[in-house]
Amino acid sequence: MEINIQKRVLEANETEADINRKFFKEQNVFVLNMMSSPGSGKTELLCKSLKALMPKIRVGVIVGDICTRNDADRLEITGAKVTQINTDQFGGDCHLSASLILASAKELGCFDLDLLIVENIGNLVCPAEFDIGEDAKAVLLSVTEGEDKPLKYPLMFRVADVAILNKIDLLPYLDFDAKLAKDNMKQVHPHLPVFEISAKTGEGFEPWLEWLAMKVFEKTGK
Amino acid sequence: MHEMGIAQQLVQIALESIPKEIENPKVEKVNLRIGKLAAVVEHSLTFCFEIITKETPLETARLNIDVVPVMVHCKSCDKTWEVIGPVFKCPFCEDGDVEMLTGREIEIISLELAE
Ligand SMILES: Nc1nc2c(ncn2[C@@H]2O[C@H](COP(=O)(O)OP(=O)(O)OP(=O)(O)O)[C@@H](O)[C@H]2O)c(=O)[nH]1
Ligand SMILES: [Mg+2]
Ligand SMILES: [Zn+2]
Repeated sequence: MEINIQKRVLEANETEADINRKFFKEQNVFVLNMMSSPGSGKTELLCKSLKALMPKIRVGVIVGDICTRNDADRLEITGAKVTQINTDQFGGDCHLSASLILASAKELGCFDLDLLIVENIGNLVCPAEFDIGEDAKAVLLSVTEGEDKPLKYPLMFRVADVAILNKIDLLPYLDFDAKLAKDNMKQVHPHLPVFEISAKTGEGFEPWLEWLAMKVFEKTGK
Repeated sequence: MHEMGIAQQLVQIALESIPKEIENPKVEKVNLRIGKLAAVVEHSLTFCFEIITKETPLETARLNIDVVPVMVHCKSCDKTWEVIGPVFKCPFCEDGDVEMLTGREIEIISLELAE
């Protein structure tokens, strides 16, 4: 006997993501989901970006890690509202699910925010699969990771709306071919905007911050 | 790495789909459709599935996975083709705006029960 089902297995997360999208729309806040391998520089990039954006754009951050509050502590220094999710209470998940995001966004309070940034768990595979109701997905790749990563993790670069090539201050010391890395990103995602920056020195920040501010304005009118 | 979560969702949907009136149901096969670009590693999924279905009607079930190819469409020149490697550039008009039609699915299609 065959029982017909025809269902998406991640339907539960997709339903939660739709609830989040509605909530973020009501709150009139733009949500960016930031993803990368561990250590590509998400927290460093955020710290510098927050300093430049605030107070003109009011930013909140949800930061996900398997353990520790280190990243939240680094981000709080900027004056932004920050909340940390540690997934070890939820089985050490390798990504943030939509339901965790809603709980944290409510805890943080979004009514006085223009931009909510989610620093996802360091991982180039799993977070790409889980919609959290965000308006845009950003992926970071640092120059120490190898030019081939977009080809090895195509889903992440495919779903991304923007890519950042970070740690370009290290280029003089490496064999890394930045053009090849960008070409590989464009193979997977032809019209992907790519910004080359150094979260350490601040080089290349202007166009990235302009892109972000424009996205916030397009959604919220703020 | 998130295959455990996917396996749990899968098992929940499967168990809920078995009609209550069937006595001692025994599922032989779970038919799935998984896109080539979905972030699912088949042997990890099978491994997780086996662990969590002990002493359930799914205990002896086999996962039968139909792999869905990555099909894309170029909105600029209206061509459709299958992507084999991770290259999504339109080979027809070079600069087209390409959208994915299939290749990301993670779907449960049906259960096959022992008579
Ligand atoms: N040289 C250089 N180092 C950087 C740059 N950006 C980040 N780093 C360093 O790289 C290391 C990792 O940076 P984080 O910002 O913690 O990376 P992350 O992506 O948040 O890491 P996880 O949250 O653990 O996934 C830190 O030691 C940073 O100081 C950069 O542009 N240049
Ligand atoms: Mg971090
Ligand atoms: Zn085309």
